[in-house]
Amino acid sequence: MQPLTTEQIRAVIARGKLRDTIFKALGIFCLAIALLVIVALIADMAIKGSERFTLDFFLNFASRRAAQAGILSAWVGSLLVMLVTALAAVPLGVAAGLYLEEYAKRNWLTHIIEVNISNLAAVPSIVYGLLALGIFVYQFGFGQSILSAGLTLALLILPIIIVSTREAIRAIPAMIREGSMAVGATRWQTCRYHIIPYAMPGILTGVIIGLARAIGETAPIITIGALTFIAFLPPAPFTGEPPAGLFDWVFAPFTVMPIQIFNWTSRPDPAFEINAAAAGFVLMVMVLSMNAVAIYLRYKMRKNIKW
Amino acid sequence: MQIHDNPALKAEARNLNFFYGEAKALKNINMPIYDKKVTALIGPSGCGKSTYLRSFNRMHDLYPGNRYEGEIRFFPDNTNLLSSEVDPIEVRMRVGMVFQKPNPFPKSIYENVAYGLRVRGENNKRVLDDKVEHALKGAAIWDEAKDRLSELASNLSGGQQQRLCIARALATDPELLLFDEPTSALDPIATAAIEELVHELKKRVTILIVTHNMQQAARVSDYTAYMYLGEMIEFGKTDEIFIKPKDKRTEDYITGRMG
Ligand SMILES: Nc1ncnc2c1ncn2[C@@H]1O[C@H](COP(=O)(O)OP(=O)(O)OP(=O)(O)O)[C@@H](O)[C@H]1O
Ligand SMILES: [Mg+2]
Repeated sequence: MQPLTTEQIRAVIARGKLRDTIFKALGIFCLAIALLVIVALIADMAIKGSERFTLDFFLNFASRRAAQAGILSAWVGSLLVMLVTALAAVPLGVAAGLYLEEYAKRNWLTHIIEVNISNLAAVPSIVYGLLALGIFVYQFGFGQSILSAGLTLALLILPIIIVSTREAIRAIPAMIREGSMAVGATRWQTCRYHIIPYAMPGILTGVIIGLARAIGETAPIITIGALTFIAFLPPAPFTGEPPAGLFDWVFAPFTVMPIQIFNWTSRPDPAFEINAAAAGFVLMVMVLSMNAVAIYLRYKMRKNIKW
Repeated sequence: MQIHDNPALKAEARNLNFFYGEAKALKNINMPIYDKKVTALIGPSGCGKSTYLRSFNRMHDLYPGNRYEGEIRFFPDNTNLLSSEVDPIEVRMRVGMVFQKPNPFPKSIYENVAYGLRVRGENNKRVLDDKVEHALKGAAIWDEAKDRLSELASNLSGGQQQRLCIARALATDPELLLFDEPTSALDPIATAAIEELVHELKKRVTILIVTHNMQQAARVSDYTAYMYLGEMIEFGKTDEIFIKPKDKRTEDYITGRMG
């Protein structure tokens, strides 16, 4: 074959570049559609709900009069349920991921466990609700409480946390692990000084993605019997019925944001549509700010981790 | 090679076989490692040098399916490093290792060196400071590192990182130090610094070094072993191996006709 002339080479490059440009334009177009949908949704809720964006809306309990109805019990409930969820799911999920990556022998049992963790991630959330109703609410007698809801959502996001923990651990080069073991460290010392800290940005991302999913879950929470109308807050530590303790609030009845929104949309009075839109907007802001925190933390922690 | 002018033994491989699953990577290796000497392992790529080296600190135990046969006797206590009764952690506490690619932890320079001591339960700041300084001096990187101990190790150059890794291994006073092609990722100047260091270190510690570089083997080592396809073809004093190898395969390799 004859070597290409300069003109021919340029023609080949030009053709390649044209495809580059077409693909780039296509990519930007698709991205723009996705972004536009989100922005439109958020803007729509913001505009519809705009007259409810007052301090009162955040400080009022639910009410039969739309203008006075607020989301106090809902956002407090959501935050508390998230707290329980995180406290239960993070240690469990991280420990499970760590075990599977660093300790477990590669045998058929481990394999079955791994496959089932992936399956668990695909179980519809309502099924978790049914399971929790039987186990947490009745069997363990936790009742229709923040504790039951938090644990239910913890189960729901456990696979997400396990999977992201494992991925974060797998991204750590083998030579770091070997470097640690080579000076005589045990597995646990290697995990404690290296694997866990270096995997932390990835784990954190998984945790927040999980929590962001959990905070919007409605079905399992309804299943275990969250109230839709509630005009009091869970007791602050040491203020409940004597003998008051630090954790009385976990047994309190509650509602959460998505249930409050669902409740308002099902009212006949159209004024509640405004409340629903406003609360939807608040929920969106909660989720987005969780993601923002995740991105920020990941950025900060990754800065110091270079191989 | 008369027995009586050989120095004391630090370790000795006896009928050592090694298997990656079914694949036999080391075939009946017998070889002495002399105390406070540098022994170089040479041989073409894939002949099992790293595999052999990593048997000395039981690195293979980290991965499933690996299996040793035979013994590596470790002196003066005559322990079989490969015995299933000997804890690999105990082995690694006595046998240090420096890897092919510098692998500092993404932590401060200080913490990198102090790590081995922390692992041994040492948390006294004064003791740590002292040992860290000593190790960094021993690895000839103290002057460059002393004003930036709290900086991230990844800020160091490749050659400095490798000397830091040597300091990390030295901090815990190993009896035997394993080097797996420690200079293959470094430029000539950094390489010369490491070679110099190896020369200095053998006053204190026995060294086993894998290298692809014949000149390097000739420069730094007292003894040389030539491996080929998992077998130990020839072992002897470095000058003898390089001047008049007994085996044709060794000769071909070191004269560059193969490998
Ligand atoms: N983890 C492993 N699993 C299976 N086989 C392996 C593994 N590591 C190495 N081997 C094989 O064992 C043999 C020896 O490999 P080894 O890494 O010890 O060679 P080497 O002499 O160090 O080579 P190089 O000079 O390229 O580093 C090779 O055939 C290699 O393919
Ligand atoms: Mg090798």
